[in-house]
Amino acid sequence: MGWIGDTMDSIKSLQIRQVLTQAISLGMIVTSALIIWKALMCITGSESPVVVVLSGSMEPGFKRGDILFLHMSKDPIRAGEIVVFNVDGREIPIVHRVIKVHERQDTGEVEVLTKGDNNYGDDRLLYAHGQLWLQRHHIMGRAVGFLPYVGWVTIIMTEKPIIKYILIGALGLLVITSKD
Amino acid sequence: MHSFGYRANALLTFAITILAVMCGMASFSDNFNSPTPSAQVQVLNINWFQKQPNGNDEVSMTLNISADLQSLFTWNTKQVFVFLAAEYETPKNALNQISLWDGIIPSKEHAKFWIHTSNKYRFIDQGSNLRGKEYNLTMHWHVMPKTGKMFADKIVMPGYRLPEEYR
Repeated sequence: MGWIGDTMDSIKSLQIRQVLTQAISLGMIVTSALIIWKALMCITGSESPVVVVLSGSMEPGFKRGDILFLHMSKDPIRAGEIVVFNVDGREIPIVHRVIKVHERQDTGEVEVLTKGDNNYGDDRLLYAHGQLWLQRHHIMGRAVGFLPYVGWVTIIMTEKPIIKYILIGALGLLVITSKD
Repeated sequence: MHSFGYRANALLTFAITILAVMCGMASFSDNFNSPTPSAQVQVLNINWFQKQPNGNDEVSMTLNISADLQSLFTWNTKQVFVFLAAEYETPKNALNQISLWDGIIPSKEHAKFWIHTSNKYRFIDQGSNLRGKEYNLTMHWHVMPKTGKMFADKIVMPGYRLPEEYR
């Protein structure tokens, strides 16, 4: 009870000047997060430098809730690489391994076929109707690094939005009431 | 100043920092491992070799693959993904890579193996260029870490040739 009482007191005793300071520090936190994200986009050349694995199709290598770091360089795509791709008509990107590559002699364009390590067949069933190969423009990046479990935070927050609101509310309260 | 929330926050921040540093160090320690893997592949038989109705050549073969990948494993290795690809050049394509067989090696004890198998994925060309075609068989491996950077490398085995006639 004492803690809640103190919190209420500190909210009541807020001055305009203090409110402004808090607003600015909150803004700083938000913008620095944005800056880090955009900087990562520039460095890795991928439109989403970090993805969360949502399905078990790459088990036992990648489990649901693991985080992958992507990199999109000019290097040609080769068999065995784990790529993240978008299929026309599907919103959620897929993380699978390249098993076949055909690179054109004249234009250098590539046609690749992917497969999930844990899936029985290749990905032609996942592609758009009648699509046999992925082209370069479907591919968002290739996975270069791996961090287990951390992605569960985002999975839980997207599936149980209430937890997200509680968390944001608590953090906001903490920022408002902190006196430093 | 020394409220419960403040201390909990400090403890959490410290714990996460230590965890991140340990993950970074574990991934970095992989650089000190210099692996010496080996692989041999024999093409035992061409089971059949034909032109599909749509004009693409397809071949089915029996392979004998033996490899020793034990030196790839370190304490930060979760698994090694290994696959054998046929690689060749055609007038149309500067590079064709076709995975013929793959496997997941879960631990060091399983990293020395041999397997007798027909090709797991279909060996189909884009076009009809496979008769008498010389190709490389390449053993690729991708080391998946428990955390951190992924590693990949390969052994190229050149000098394989497909038959001159369909059968």
